[in-house]
Amino acid sequence: MTDSLEKEKLFDEKGLRLDGRRVDELRPLKLEIGTLSRADGSAYIEHGRNKILAAVYGPRELHPRHRAIADRALLRVTYRMGTFSVGERKRPAPSRREHEISMVIRQALEPMLFLEMYPRAAIDVFIQVVEADGGSRCASTTVASIALANAGIPMRSIVTGVAVGKADGQLVVDLSDLEDKIGDADVPVAMAYGRNEYTLLQMDGKLSKEELAKALEMVEGAIETIYEKQQQVLREGFIQIREEISESEEPSSDEGDVPDTEIDETDMESADGD
Amino acid sequence: MTTLVKPQDLVVPGQLLAKGDYRCGDGTYKEQQEIFASVVGIAKVKGNLIFVVALQGRYNPKPRDIVIGTIIEITMNGWLVDINSAYPAMLTVMHALSRRDASRANDDLQRWYDVGDTVIAEIVAADRTRDPLLTTRGRGLGKCRGGVLIEITPTRVPRLIGRKGSMISMLKSELNCEIVVGQNGIIWLKGDPDHVVIAIEAIRQIEREAHTSGLTDRVREVIIMKLSDKRR
Repeated sequence: MTDSLEKEKLFDEKGLRLDGRRVDELRPLKLEIGTLSRADGSAYIEHGRNKILAAVYGPRELHPRHRAIADRALLRVTYRMGTFSVGERKRPAPSRREHEISMVIRQALEPMLFLEMYPRAAIDVFIQVVEADGGSRCASTTVASIALANAGIPMRSIVTGVAVGKADGQLVVDLSDLEDKIGDADVPVAMAYGRNEYTLLQMDGKLSKEELAKALEMVEGAIETIYEKQQQVLREGFIQIREEISESEEPSSDEGDVPDTEIDETDMESADGD
Repeated sequence: MTTLVKPQDLVVPGQLLAKGDYRCGDGTYKEQQEIFASVVGIAKVKGNLIFVVALQGRYNPKPRDIVIGTIIEITMNGWLVDINSAYPAMLTVMHALSRRDASRANDDLQRWYDVGDTVIAEIVAADRTRDPLLTTRGRGLGKCRGGVLIEITPTRVPRLIGRKGSMISMLKSELNCEIVVGQNGIIWLKGDPDHVVIAIEAIRQIEREAHTSGLTDRVREVIIMKLSDKRR
């Protein structure tokens, strides 16, 4: 970075950030599932100016065969940025950075998946960055995790990612692109919130031990917010259909008296389809 | 022992379902006396068993399931069949043909099933160390001739069949169609084209509304309405 940039102010007189956020405030967040019809599971996220699509295929037959693992599925994550996703055109060839982020996201998701349920198979996750802003690896982890849930792949917990860092001498949550680039430190974090387990923790820049501890404390609130939203979006579509139906139905046949009979039809031992 | 969900609750992976001495069924896992959901689905409690009926996910082969598959390859001693699961299935000559046919089938397997053919088959064996094995010897099994195929999310198949086949037999009798439902989410239909269209629409509705109650009656009403529209 040039000297002129480094001196740039990242806070206004009121102590708010350039985009008007408080230090612990998230950028606007939008989540969606089932965006792609041909994928086994898919999701879309808009986090700040990040626009990212995730598609999950599998568990499916693994090619090339020699990469198969005898006792669990192979998780493959591909993070790709569109040539148009950043200011200066990104060269289309996969870059070192994309490879690294693919690996980092895979490692953030892997410990939460029950891969041992699908030995020798492959689960492919494709992450396409349509527009990039700061914290795209975190947003990608967030969206990939709900795409996996949308594909019905069994997991211990959803994974949520968000960055924390230091800009202009202050600790801030969810760094924007500029704060990331000219700030003092960037710490991407991903965790399985309900289990209180971290699956990703990187640090670019310098933070003291105390600052890091404080930063991780600050980030939890943000993670909780996103985690709630992830859970909500996974339920939303189904609840909506349920409501539509209970609305269209006369109040006499309300759902209260039927509950347990219905889905018990899933006891299907005797029900073969002929 | 406490349950933290109501029956019929929509749950998401990682959600705590119950604490205490429960047994955990499909779609759940247990850690230190706590039971969590591992998939998106509907929570169920039956005695001390807790399980989650998944709403999404691929087909997992189980012995004795009826599936519909496509022949993808002819091998030395049989066929490879795509059954819409994580693993391709094997259909061996021994399990496909009668003993008399099998003895003279040695080189000309295409005569029975060619690549691209659709077969209705039953799963003989499926463990996770080997690819699943199929058989086409049995009543109602074998090659599909004519008709149309559609695909639904495999997790909604039990709903389409209904308790003791109530839903599917309703469809068949109202519409006078042949319908075979594969547990892998592939469905084969044959009959009057107009009726087949109505059947497909009904199946789509069942798939969409699989997690709601009173479905059979709702679907029947729609079908009867559509049939009377056609007659006019």
